[in-house]
Amino acid sequence: MKTVTGIFFPNCCPRTLPDRKTPASRLGPGRDNCFLQIMLLWYFIAMANTLFDKIWNSHVVVSEPGCPAVLYIDLHLIHEVTSPQAFTGLRARGLPVRRPDRTKATIDHIIPTVNQRAPVTDPLAAQLVRELENNCRDHAIQLFGIGDPRNGIVHVIGPELGLTQPGKTIVCGDSHTSTHGAFGALAFGIGTSEVEHVLATQCLLQSRPKTFQVRIEGVPAAGVTAKDMILALIARIGVAGGTGHVIEYTGGTIRALEMDERMTICNMSIEAGARAGMIAADEKTFQYLARKPFSPAGAAWDRALSEWRALETDKEARFDKTVDLDAGQLEPMISYGTNPGMTLPVTGRIPDPGAIADITRRSALVKALQYMGFSPGNPLLGHPVDVVFVGSCTNGRLEDLRAAAKVLRGRKVSPRVRMMAVPGSRAVKSLAEAEGLDRIFLDSGAEWREPGCSMCLAMNGDELKPGEYCVSTSNRNFEGRQGKGSRTLLASPMTAAACAVAGAIADVRKLL
Amino acid sequence: MKFASRVVPFPQQNIDTDQIIPARYLKTTTKEGLGKVLLFDWRYDQAGNPQPDCILNRPEARGARVLLAGDNFGCGSSREHAPWALADFGFRALISTSFADIFRNNCLKNGILPIVVDSSVHARLFELAASDPQAEVAIDLDAQILRLQDGSETGFPVDPFAKKCLLEGIDDLGYILKNLSIIIDYEKINHKDM
Repeated sequence: MKTVTGIFFPNCCPRTLPDRKTPASRLGPGRDNCFLQIMLLWYFIAMANTLFDKIWNSHVVVSEPGCPAVLYIDLHLIHEVTSPQAFTGLRARGLPVRRPDRTKATIDHIIPTVNQRAPVTDPLAAQLVRELENNCRDHAIQLFGIGDPRNGIVHVIGPELGLTQPGKTIVCGDSHTSTHGAFGALAFGIGTSEVEHVLATQCLLQSRPKTFQVRIEGVPAAGVTAKDMILALIARIGVAGGTGHVIEYTGGTIRALEMDERMTICNMSIEAGARAGMIAADEKTFQYLARKPFSPAGAAWDRALSEWRALETDKEARFDKTVDLDAGQLEPMISYGTNPGMTLPVTGRIPDPGAIADITRRSALVKALQYMGFSPGNPLLGHPVDVVFVGSCTNGRLEDLRAAAKVLRGRKVSPRVRMMAVPGSRAVKSLAEAEGLDRIFLDSGAEWREPGCSMCLAMNGDELKPGEYCVSTSNRNFEGRQGKGSRTLLASPMTAAACAVAGAIADVRKLL
Repeated sequence: MKFASRVVPFPQQNIDTDQIIPARYLKTTTKEGLGKVLLFDWRYDQAGNPQPDCILNRPEARGARVLLAGDNFGCGSSREHAPWALADFGFRALISTSFADIFRNNCLKNGILPIVVDSSVHARLFELAASDPQAEVAIDLDAQILRLQDGSETGFPVDPFAKKCLLEGIDDLGYILKNLSIIIDYEKINHKDM
């Protein structure tokens, strides 16, 4: 893309150096004009917008000094856990849902991953389901509920259905809403109070976040995946490294990723503390969205394409922060601690708290290692593993199942390991079965389940026993996340499959 | 919003919202009663018995309205059940060096004031709490001043709009609804109407 200044000042002095063959008079504008050009350059930089700026600016409805902006929300996704109190609040105020046509619902957190046709046995979970069903019926909101072929994890079905589109503002009462940013959308998680606000007005109060560019270049080695890239980033910048910022991922490595992989990266932006994560749309995005149920069609599709093509960061735009990552240097990663920043290459050794000067950080590591039952200095490789979970909104899509299946093909899950593969949606499950992926999982000794959030946060009965080690393709390894006393080891689907075969933390590169 | 209170010191860093309220307690359809399960896995053992050592189970915590927390408090999930649990337990203010974005926002919407202090003030507050658990801090939202247990004072930042809402009892939703006709115009101009 041409730089803005290049268009207007093709002979601007910084771009043309004097040499003996070129008389000074032919060099272009003199010194006074050079100053003018520099001022204009700064003007263009100031006017140059990032992808985030463009979407934010076009969605601000009201902006009064000293107040957060009123931001219009194009798409509101809801699920059963964070919506009941919002609807109760709406009823208490006597307000309707303003735009039911821009509100879509699913059931994903508490849905069992076996016998989904049977009534939900957990009475509290059953009540959550009933509330959402009643609320959607009362307000004419489309619900992709239990038994619906379009049902699945909210951040899997949004893109599948073509609801997620470039340039949209998308919110949901769930922090992994950042996933949809992979389509060049501005998507972020909100609390239940804000769910109520959006239901009532289709708007939200938001303070403008700062911008953060993460540039990833280089070709990753075989066995190094998008999951490893985002884990490496979080290890580098920390779980609060992105706080107050929206991250845009750029660079050749990002462009080379498929849509499912881009979603993995944007999904875990929240684990770095970021408000949202975004990747500008390109031909891969358009190809993914073409002919999806809610994508524009016909003339509307052509119009949308030309709008979407304009949605990218201007060359002169400046970010508040930038970090560069070399994908060629990365290794398969695994977490060893109790937050998503506590990760290492699989070939690493458990860190030593004694090497940490800061008392609070040292005691935090001591506590984490105690919880995880790890000793400083021990290698990660070879540590026994009890459970392997492939699924979640981070890595529960077709590409993820293909990647795990590639490692499992012709191999058996270790007899000490219980492995569970949970497709992210009914559609993913069907597509996977059409390719025979289910047979690969089943033949290896893994379970092939029905879609849902499942063991990522253990709300539906899929949970670990205290002390069990689980290599999980999900997004959080906090204490008790997968059940009280559970010990989560975050990893990619390929690494997870390799660990299932070995019965221990393993390096997938050895199996490829 | 002006009050004095004992502080409950909870020094662990990076306390995420899964710890503040584990997912198994999110199966509720109301906002009330979650104080019992606040920081559950810190307060109760495997069998569900209260841990006597945990500060939140001790008599000093009862009636205290300020939680003194470690860095990056409230990271992780957007579950608003976390501030609901804190409010139900009785907390009206939280003090830390940093709060996660979504959590901080959720707190403000539930009448809980997140107060950010620098690390030296943070350390001082813990020292003072350890030497005299009965000593009180005082919070003055209007002046944006926190008075430590030893009488020294420090200012704290508050987003002006959030401050106005807390002081005047203004509701975010009320503010947005006032602008409904502008929202409708926006939809028309941008071809986003029904």
